[in-house]
Amino acid sequence: MAETHKQPNYIGVFWWLLILTVVEVAVIFMPMARFLIAILLVGLALSKAFLVAMYFMHLKFERTTLGLIAVTPLLLCVLLVFALLPDHSATPHLTGASPATAAAPSSQ
Amino acid sequence: MSEVIALHPGVEPAESPLTPESWGKLGMWIFLAADAMSFGALLSGYGALRFGSGDWPVPSHVLGVGLTAFMTFLLISSSVTMVLALAAIQRGDMTGLRKFLALTVLGGLMFLGMQAYEWTHLIERGLTLSGNPFGAALFGTTFFIITGFHGAHVTGGVVYLSCYLIRSLLGRLKPDHANQIEIAALYWHFVDLVWILVFTFVYLL
Repeated sequence: MAETHKQPNYIGVFWWLLILTVVEVAVIFMPMARFLIAILLVGLALSKAFLVAMYFMHLKFERTTLGLIAVTPLLLCVLLVFALLPDHSATPHLTGASPATAAAPSSQ
Repeated sequence: MSEVIALHPGVEPAESPLTPESWGKLGMWIFLAADAMSFGALLSGYGALRFGSGDWPVPSHVLGVGLTAFMTFLLISSSVTMVLALAAIQRGDMTGLRKFLALTVLGGLMFLGMQAYEWTHLIERGLTLSGNPFGAALFGTTFFIITGFHGAHVTGGVVYLSCYLIRSLLGRLKPDHANQIEIAALYWHFVDLVWILVFTFVYLL
């Protein structure tokens, strides 16, 4: 039961991880919009994490339900990021106004 | 109800429903999913603090990206030696297992050494748990807590794998222990996977 799957090409996965790492480091020095760099970096990091989970951790050869256990924290973290969004917009630095000046007009 | 009890007397099922090889493997996966949430919470908190702060420095201006890119390379390489160690014990090659397990432990130790070097330099330049001469103080706090939490995981992994290395050197590890090595390998790859994310979010982004 344990040895039913063929061994993946581990060295091939290693080269992919290495190439993606080099691309990641190169991306931060590119003259591009900040959000574009951020999207690229997140995409590259998730691709690398995906490669490690699928091939090194053999998730590709496991039952689908085990994959659901592995994906659960990712979904919960996405939820967590959205849950924390109000904290970003509530901070005065982003609007450029200090809490004191923002409160002043309403009191008059 | 009584029929169900009669059909299933108080005996546990012999085979784990998700991982036929062993219950231990399922246990490790569930532990890793929970541990991933610890890192997820730290990284989400990092994001909230960073975007709520006006004077967050650009990480690549303060931190050494070249050094940490090499540390990433080290962990990826040690993941490869770990899969090769597992492949070795699965075909009964105990010499190969010892060789690749030793290389994996070495990779982990080198990673920790470089992290100690990096931390020492940053502390000398004034970056501490509560202070940052380059901008927001929380930059230092989040940096040391996240990389420290990951470094603690690497340390745990080095101890974990060293135990198997010592056992195999003493001749107490047999080819039918392959499942235990597979479980240990899952932990080691997880530490590698988390570093990939930490490297991106804390150093590059």
